[in-house]
Amino acid sequence: MILSHAIDAIHRRDGARVLAALIRFAGNFELAEDALQEALTRALVEWQRGIPDRPAAWLTTVGKRWLIDEVRKQRLQLSNAEAVDEVLGSAPADIGTQPEHQFERAQSPEDDVLRLIFTCCHPAIPEQAQLGLALNAVCRLTAAEIARAYLESEETVAQRLVRAKRKITAAGVPFVVPEKSELAGRLDIVMNVIYLVFNEGYTGAQSAELIRVSLCEEALRLGRLLRELLPEEPEVLALLALMQLHHARRHARCSQDRDLITLEQQDRTLWDRPAIDEALQLLDQAVLMRRPGSRQIEAAIAALHCQAPRAELTDWPQICALYGALQRHRPGPVVALNAAVAHAMAFDIDEGLERIEALAASGELPRYHLLHAARADLLRRKKDFLAAQRAYEDALALCNNQTERRFLLKRLKEVGN
Amino acid sequence: MRYMLLIYGDESAWFNLPEAELKKGYQAYMDNTEELIKSGCMRAGSELKPATTATTVRVRDGKPSFADGPFAETKEQLGGYYLIECDSLDDALAWAAKCPGATHGSVEVRPVAADPA
Repeated sequence: MILSHAIDAIHRRDGARVLAALIRFAGNFELAEDALQEALTRALVEWQRGIPDRPAAWLTTVGKRWLIDEVRKQRLQLSNAEAVDEVLGSAPADIGTQPEHQFERAQSPEDDVLRLIFTCCHPAIPEQAQLGLALNAVCRLTAAEIARAYLESEETVAQRLVRAKRKITAAGVPFVVPEKSELAGRLDIVMNVIYLVFNEGYTGAQSAELIRVSLCEEALRLGRLLRELLPEEPEVLALLALMQLHHARRHARCSQDRDLITLEQQDRTLWDRPAIDEALQLLDQAVLMRRPGSRQIEAAIAALHCQAPRAELTDWPQICALYGALQRHRPGPVVALNAAVAHAMAFDIDEGLERIEALAASGELPRYHLLHAARADLLRRKKDFLAAQRAYEDALALCNNQTERRFLLKRLKEVGN
Repeated sequence: MRYMLLIYGDESAWFNLPEAELKKGYQAYMDNTEELIKSGCMRAGSELKPATTATTVRVRDGKPSFADGPFAETKEQLGGYYLIECDSLDDALAWAAKCPGATHGSVEVRPVAADPA
């Protein structure tokens, strides 16, 4: 493999942890990002002779050394001055090989990546910037990639990111997981971000590969950390259950030629049964706490899909009812779209289609390819192939994910014949 | 870090409070100031006289001009400030939330630019 590609992959996999460790070291978001960039640039030269066993630890140490030099030059202060000796004390040859490196120990609720998410979602950061900042910091998506995913101009996104990072530094937004008393008020947005990280891994809008497993696993890890912090919070348990239910199907979701396989057509023997059982237990635990919430409903829907032994045995009426409940908890056009599809599958395709048409006419989901894909699929089911063809074309015109595009093209061909 | 807590409120409403209410209001500020001093965060702070006593100064082309009134005529006026020093924005926001003015007006939290090295 070309070295730059390998480094890119390592950056995508471990970048968030390295960045988070560097932020804690420097106490400065922007400076830490520069340090990570510098470490990646040096890796391009130094790893010609071979990639270290622990590339993330290597990047962290090199980043810290650069930070030490830089703060001396700029006469700034490191937030973690006592750790400087530790960094300078390690011999260059040891970098990335020491088993007891500080980087590897951050596994508690005081986890650096979790701190990073709470920092990105601090109420002092404008809400529209929070998610983008988290995607940038944790998923290592560039401004251009975020702009494409959210249908905004790259300039707008880039400017928003710069402003938010500057504010974090200038206003002294702390790099901490907040106290328990404050945690509840900030939990919702953080759960959203963790789910977003998971979804970016699961159906990365930008990625050539359909599933970035490392991102999904990182989101699951963060979900577990959050559960350790708040074991009595049913929505946290439900979020973890939901992610685990999706993740359990990952091997069935992609063919050997890396094509998308729909839930309906997946080989259910490839599903990770122990993971599903564990998730179902988590969900039961959550529901027994008797504080319903939208994530519990979403997890219950995913659970019904996982519990059907065959696709045709899926309990669509129950799923339809759950989507109705979800619409009451969290009204919005995407939920309405899913509810319409569930209605079509459970009761009446034409009524489902009518609801989708109404949604399209409302303009609430402009440029959303899944609306057209859903419409196309229902039209295909009722054998209105001409209309289905047009709907697939509409979906394709708006879809960025290569794997999803291949799937839509395949279906388009099928309805054309 | 040092933060300025700028306390904005509707000052006519404040000064039109019945005697007893106004007294209670001032007592709340005194208690808050006391707490800030005890915590070691307090650097400076005061109530300001009403915005009607303000004079705004501008110098253009070397020529000063003076105008009666505050810089901006708004429904809420700057009525006082605290200068505090604490570890992070979270601490400053917690102090701002404790400030009596936050319950009827608003408190703007602004980090103070660092002293030049």
